[in-house]
Order: sequence, then C-alpha cells, then structure tokens
Amino acid sequence: MFRRKRSASDFNAEIEAHIRLETERLKEQGLSEENARAAARRAFGNVTQAQEQFYDSGRWLWFDHLSKDLRFAFRTLRKSPGFTFVTVATLAVAIGANAVVFSALNAFLLRPLNVPQSESLYGLQLGGGHHGALSYPTYVDFRDRNRSFDGLAVYQMTRVGLDTGKNPTRAWLYEVSGNYFDVLKLQPHLGRFFHSSDEHGAGSAPYIVLSYAYWHGHFQGDARLLGRRVDVNKRPYTIIGVAPPEFRGTFLLLSPDFFVPMVSFEDQETLNRRAGWWIFETIGHLKQGVTPGQAAAELNAIGDDLQKTYPKEMGKMNVSLARAGLYGDTFGRPIRGFVAALMLLAGLILLAACANLGSLFAARAADRSREIAVRLALGSSRMRILRQLFTEALVISLTGGAVGILGGAMLLRRLMAWNPFPQFPTNVPLHPDANVYILAALLAFVSGILFGAVPVKQVLHTDPYEIVKSGSVTKVGRRITFREALVAVQIAICALLVTSSMVAVRGLMRSLHSDFGFAPREVILADTDLAMAGYPDAAVPPMQKRMIAAIETIPGVTAVGLANCPPLAGCGASRTSIFTDETSDLTPANVAASPMTYQISPEFFVAAGTPLLAGRAFTWHDDKNAPRVAVVNETFARRIFGSQANALGRYYKSWNGTRMQVVGIVKDGKYASLTEEPQPAMFYPLLQSPSSQSFLMVRSESDPRRLAGAIRRGVRDLDAGLPVFIQTWPEAMDFFLFGSRMATASLAVLGALGAILSITGIFGISAYSVSKRLRELGIRMALGAQSKEVLGAALGRAIRLLAFGSAAGLLLGILAGRVLASIVYQATSRDPLVLTGVVLTMALLGLMATWIPAQRALSIDPARLLREE
Amino acid sequence: MSTQEDKERLELLQGTLDLLILRTLIFRPQHGQGIARAIRQTSEEELLVEHGALYPALQRLEGRGWISAKWGTSSHNRKARFYSLTTAGRKQLGKETTKWKRLATAIGRILESAGS
Repeated sequence: MFRRKRSASDFNAEIEAHIRLETERLKEQGLSEENARAAARRAFGNVTQAQEQFYDSGRWLWFDHLSKDLRFAFRTLRKSPGFTFVTVATLAVAIGANAVVFSALNAFLLRPLNVPQSESLYGLQLGGGHHGALSYPTYVDFRDRNRSFDGLAVYQMTRVGLDTGKNPTRAWLYEVSGNYFDVLKLQPHLGRFFHSSDEHGAGSAPYIVLSYAYWHGHFQGDARLLGRRVDVNKRPYTIIGVAPPEFRGTFLLLSPDFFVPMVSFEDQETLNRRAGWWIFETIGHLKQGVTPGQAAAELNAIGDDLQKTYPKEMGKMNVSLARAGLYGDTFGRPIRGFVAALMLLAGLILLAACANLGSLFAARAADRSREIAVRLALGSSRMRILRQLFTEALVISLTGGAVGILGGAMLLRRLMAWNPFPQFPTNVPLHPDANVYILAALLAFVSGILFGAVPVKQVLHTDPYEIVKSGSVTKVGRRITFREALVAVQIAICALLVTSSMVAVRGLMRSLHSDFGFAPREVILADTDLAMAGYPDAAVPPMQKRMIAAIETIPGVTAVGLANCPPLAGCGASRTSIFTDETSDLTPANVAASPMTYQISPEFFVAAGTPLLAGRAFTWHDDKNAPRVAVVNETFARRIFGSQANALGRYYKSWNGTRMQVVGIVKDGKYASLTEEPQPAMFYPLLQSPSSQSFLMVRSESDPRRLAGAIRRGVRDLDAGLPVFIQTWPEAMDFFLFGSRMATASLAVLGALGAILSITGIFGISAYSVSKRLRELGIRMALGAQSKEVLGAALGRAIRLLAFGSAAGLLLGILAGRVLASIVYQATSRDPLVLTGVVLTMALLGLMATWIPAQRALSIDPARLLREE
Repeated sequence: MSTQEDKERLELLQGTLDLLILRTLIFRPQHGQGIARAIRQTSEEELLVEHGALYPALQRLEGRGWISAKWGTSSHNRKARFYSLTTAGRKQLGKETTKWKRLATAIGRILESAGS
C-alpha cells in the first residue's frame, strides 16, 4: 500500500484549521474574536516547532539535505579548481593503482583458471627437485589406480613447426593425455575434442584442437577449417575442433596455440620409458569430499608401490597437491608473494594519499572557519556542517575513484595486449571484473570517509563566538607535527625513487651502447630448428651449409654466420664442464670450469663482430676427420692456462675426456646477462659438434625488414616446410633488457606516484599554513614586508620540509645505486647528470606544490583582510 | 481563562499521548482540535495536552498506520482534517490499554503498600 507523501503546506493548513476551530470554540464561550484567537495560539504552543518536527519526520528530508549538500559541494569545489584537481587526481592515481594491482591479484590468486569448477582442480607436485614432472607409464598408473580424482590428465608444452600449406610457422602446443578436455569438463567451441577412446598407442590419434585465439588470429575464425590436414613437425595431423574462447590452457604463463594427443606426438620408446621426468604437470578434479591431503596420501601409497615394483627406474615420491594454474609453488609462491607485496604497496600509497588529502581538507575547513562559525551561530547543528564536509569529501573521492578505475581499465587493456616475449604467449586474463569495480568503489568511499574525517575535531571544537570575535585563531606551533613528519618521509621516498629511476634510465641508455664483446647492431638472426623440420642428424650439416651459401648471395649481406644459439639471444645457451689436460680422474670434484659453450660456423666471429685476438677461427675443414679444436675467450685462457699467450696451441679435456686444442682466442663478451662478470666461454666447430638448432646470423647494412623477406625467401627456396623466426639481434636482446626495463619502468611509475603524493603533501601543509596565518601575513604586509619575506613566513616550513626530505632521499638513492647495479647494467649514481636531475625535479615538484598557496599569500590585500577579520 | 487553570492540570506522562489519541478515536473520526478538547473533557479537565504537541503525535501514528486521515467538514462547517482508527490501530489500542492498566495497578499497589 502506498501512502501519498504529505506536503508541508497541507500540514500548515491543518494547523490553521485547528486554530480557527479553537478560536470559534472560545468565542462561543464569550471571548472576543481577538482574545479568542490569541488564546487559541497560546494553547497551541510553538507553531514553528510543530512545523519543524513535522518536517524532520519526513522521509524525504534525507534526500532533501543530500541534494542540497551535493549542490553546495559542487558549487564550492567549482570555486577552487586547483584544490579539486589536485585531490581528484591524487585519488584517481591511488585508486587506479589499487585497481590495477588488485586485477593482477584477482587474475593470479582469486580466479586461477577459466575452467568449470576450477576450485577443485589440483595439480600434482612431486618433491625432490623435479616439480610436477612424471614419466608416461607412472602417469598411467596414477590415473588408473587412484580413487581420489575424477580422472587425471597430463600436459606438456612443446614448441613445434606448423605447416598449414602456405607459410610454415612456429607454434606452441600442449601435448595432452586423451582425457584432457574431459577431465577439465570442457565443451568444444567448434567441431569435437579427442578422447581417451581415440588413443591406440604411439602415433595414433593425429588430431589437432586449435585454441580459439589461434583459430581466430591465423585462420580468421573459418569454420571450414575442420577436417583440414596440416603438418606438425612434418607429420600429418587433422584439425578436428576449436577450444572455447575463455580456455587458454592450464598454465597461466604459457597459453598454447593448439592441442594434440600426447600419444600422437611421442614415439613408443618415450611413452614406455618408466624412468625420466619429462611430463610437465598432472592435473585433475578432486572427487567430492576428498581433501587434498587424502588424495596426496593415496598417490604416495601408489608411488611407494610403484617404487617397489620398479626399484631401478623410480625414486621415492613425495606427492603434494597445489591449485592448478601456476605450476604449484614453483611459480605460484614467488608470483603470489610479488603480487601481495604490490598490493601492500598500493594500499600504503592510498593511505598516504588519504593522509595528505586529510591535511588539505583540514586547511580548507580552517579557511572556512568563519563560514562555519556563522552557520553555527545561526543555529545550524554541528552534525549538519560535518555532513556537508563529508559530502564534499565523498564527491571528491567518488569522482577520483571513477577516474581511477577508468584509467586503470585502460592501462590493463594495454597490459593485456602487451606481450614482452613474442616467443612465449602468456595467458593472464587481467580484465577488471565486478570484484575490481566493487573494490574500487569501496576504496573510494572509505578513503572519502577517512580524509573527510580529518577536520571533524576542528569543526566540533569550533567556538563561534571566539572566531566571529577575533577571526581565525592563529596558533603556529614550533614543534614538528605528525603530519609534517609524514610528508617529510613521503618526500624522502619520492626523492629516493626519482634518484633510482634516473640512475636506472641512465644505465639503460648506456647499456644499449656498451661493449658486449660483439656488435649486435646490423645483425639479423634467423632461427630455425632442423630437427623440428624432420631432418635426420646426418642431413643437418649439409643443409646448414646450403642455407649459409644461399643467404650469402643476398645483395648487401657482408657476412653470414651460424650458431646453435648466439650470445644474448634468449635461446638458452648451455654450459659444459671441462677438465685440465693433466686431469685423469674426470669426477665432478675435478672440474676446472663450466664455460658457456657455443657451436659455430667458420664465419661466426665475422658475422658477430667479435675480434679474434690470437690464433685462427674455424674453417669447414675442421670436421669429424680433423683433430678436435676449440676457440676460447680471454677469461677462459687466463683461468685455465694462466695467460693468453700461454693458451694458444694448448690442450684441455671436454666433459667426456676428449682432448681439445685451443686454436684461437677471442675477446671476452657478455653471454648470459648484461650485468654478469666476465666468464669463460668456448666455441666448437659445427662439423665436429653438430646442432640441429640453427641461428643464421646475417650482417648487413640494408633495411632489416627487406632483408628479413629475402632471408625468408632464401630459406623457403631450399625447404618450403622449414619454419623460420626472424628478428634483429638487438630485438632478441630485449629479453635480457627486460629485467632492467621492468625495473626502470616500475621505478618510474613509483616515482611518479611518489611525486604526486609529495605534491599533495606539500600543497596541504603550505595551504594550511597560509590560511592559518592569513591575518599575520596581512599585518606583515601592512607593515611593509616584501613578497620574499611574506613567502618565507608563509611557506618556510613547507620548503624546509621539502629540502630536508629531498636531501635524505637523494642520499638514500645514491646508496641504493649499488643495489640497482645488479639489475640494470652500468647503473651508477655517481653521475652529475642524475644528481642535477634529481635536484631539479624536486625543486619543480616544490614549485608546483606551493604555487597555489604562494599565489594566495601574495595576493593578500591587507586593508581588506583587516577590515574583514 | 484557560491559562490560569493550566498550571494545576497534570502534565502527560511520556508515551501516554498516543494511547489517549487512539482511545479518543474509538467511537468516531475526529479532527485534531476535537481530539484535544475530548481529552480535556473526558479527563474532567485534569489532563493538559499542548495542542502543538498533538500534531507531531498524530503524524507519527499516521506514519505507523494506526490512524488514517481525510480532509472533511466540521460541525461548524469548517474544513478540518479528520482522523479515524484503522484495524491495526484498534489492535494497538487493545495492547496499549492492557499494558497501561497493568502498569497503573502495579504502581497503585506499590503506592498503597508504602502508604499503609
């Protein structure tokens, strides 16, 4: 039932009617009209009070006040755009940062995998250093004998060559058990999945299920693709289905392009071998009511039994379960720790922002102490005034929150699209979902209440008589307040971050132009794997020679080298142990060194631009029939033979005891990372130590893009089915710069956040100081003080805080430079440019933060001020 | 004339005004001034109701759905807002009356025993 809301005029009409009725009654008793009316009014008592009580009881009152408060808040905020902008921007940044970090938290921790009932999906972790890995027969035993899981599936990630008929490409696949999709309870987006029933031993079930993204990106979502024959590593497969769009594999850090049954991909020997740990991870849904502990106990019992049956092949198993998605604790723990730390940091940033905005609000309330006093004197309740201030705070915080989440969502979209390593497609859905929006709204609301609450005490203790009588009460303490200390700390941290990020940027700039022991610029790397393309071992070296010869004929090419994996190319170069020539007992204890090991073609050093210091490089005559030879670097020569001169022509023993003669010495280089200390490296001729992984290194001054096309054509002319991955060497080195780039970027982002906090902090303190001392400043001006002195009086404290904080931060920054040097190559804080830059930046921040209060202090008109107060 | 007498009249106890209003409306709808007059007359001029306090109380009772209101014409052919008891109000009156009687009896007993 709806009751119509009663209007105030209706209520007033009733009161009027009452008084008329009462007047008439009294008149009947013999009073005059005038007396009767007066008596009726007297009997009624306070009409206004009754009206007010009626008004207060109305339910719309709340909305009425709210809309009035809102209008008033918007009006006052429009009147001070500087204040509004600073506060909204600060909150937008702080809440945006929280939203972005929380999205990461959400993606990694709260909704791990996009599969049905992901909460009961667990992965097996096997103790003893081999993480989740199993051999295939052990997996089959686990799968068939356990009673804890609704099926167990395995998957293994492999990089393959995919030939769809026109352009052979490299792709990532998951080799999976036949039951994989059934265990995950997934339905195909298109076509069908393969099942356990399709498996009939090695080589059976040559079916491909494409991921939705790959189907969309490479086949334009063409449904006629089903049934098409494609080649995976030169073996025929049939495309039978497409996985659902939201499914991107079961390992968050690598999403596959497609899925094939493990039995179709591996040979019989691999599938039958009980020893070995090659399968990446085993996953399954726990049955209802089974705890992870019970399941692990059961698997361990099966493991013990297997160990008894196959004592030679299997060791002791120590299975535990972890939520699927991040490969147990191996990746899960550091990622969770990192994200949690980020979240903490973002929370602290928001808190600091609230503290700063709180002091800004206190300054504002102090500014308005006269207005508040007048309102109190006129009978406004303190609650009402506080409500007004809170409304203002909430308008700011909610606007800031809205701007923050919008900015955050945009940033997240950019982050999603950004794939730092094109070779490794990641799989982290960072979309902000309802949780993120709710959190942002909540944070905005809570922070509004938090900083809105700062001036509460001030308002509650306002004494209208004092303020109206004597103007704002000036009490400037000499002591450093908590608020000031907080701002000083923020400034120090900001200066530290600014220093560090400048040091990092300078180091990064230098590291791009430093000496790597080779000259990566003007070199293009063409990466192929001949085994992947089905070449038997014997056919590999001739093909490599043919490729080099073909590329050499391209106009503009000055040198072509080939290596199993060039230094700093992100392809996982290996180290092997060596022994001195005198060592006869080849045990691990006697290992002389573990140098980086490269298998190279004769032209390698020319193509790489590595100077040969002594001796000779290889020729094609250094083959299986010739004596075994090696080229080593300076550090190798020094460490094994004492000196460079001593090394040439001498011998050492390889890991298996083969005697190697040193025929050349090359300059030291960077091999595994940019920040490493010089380390030994050795080079073997391709024909004596073959490798199917082949990086063609093409040195040329012509346009890399045109050259890439020519290289691709040259390789295709030799073998149309050979996938080639082409990038410039500096592009490949991005992998090694990633750490320092990320560190630099994070420092820059944190520095920017710190700068914003410092600005609001200084702004708050100086604004507060100016508004508290307006009268004093006015008197000073009236007595003839110059602008400089006025500014000194108004902002001296804020500027001293800035100077003190900056100095402390700069000092810390210089000390932190050492830590930074381990991440960013050639980072040093003893750099005049950095020091100047930091001082300038901090000064600029100070200028920006004190600009508005300074303008205000300077624009004081003493005559008007003294008249008013 | 009413002013001098007012001082000798009893002030209403807190919470009793609602009960009195409901009781007054039990026989027929009445407007505010009529309710005030009825309370005074029925209590044989003992109880004082400040007319101004009556209206917020009426507003409250209406808000709870115990009485409903309608503009009508008084016996003097004046426009007035008439209040009548709703079913819920009747029930509430029964409850309140019982409560009040028990309270009055209890207090009466205490006072009597103290007096003897």
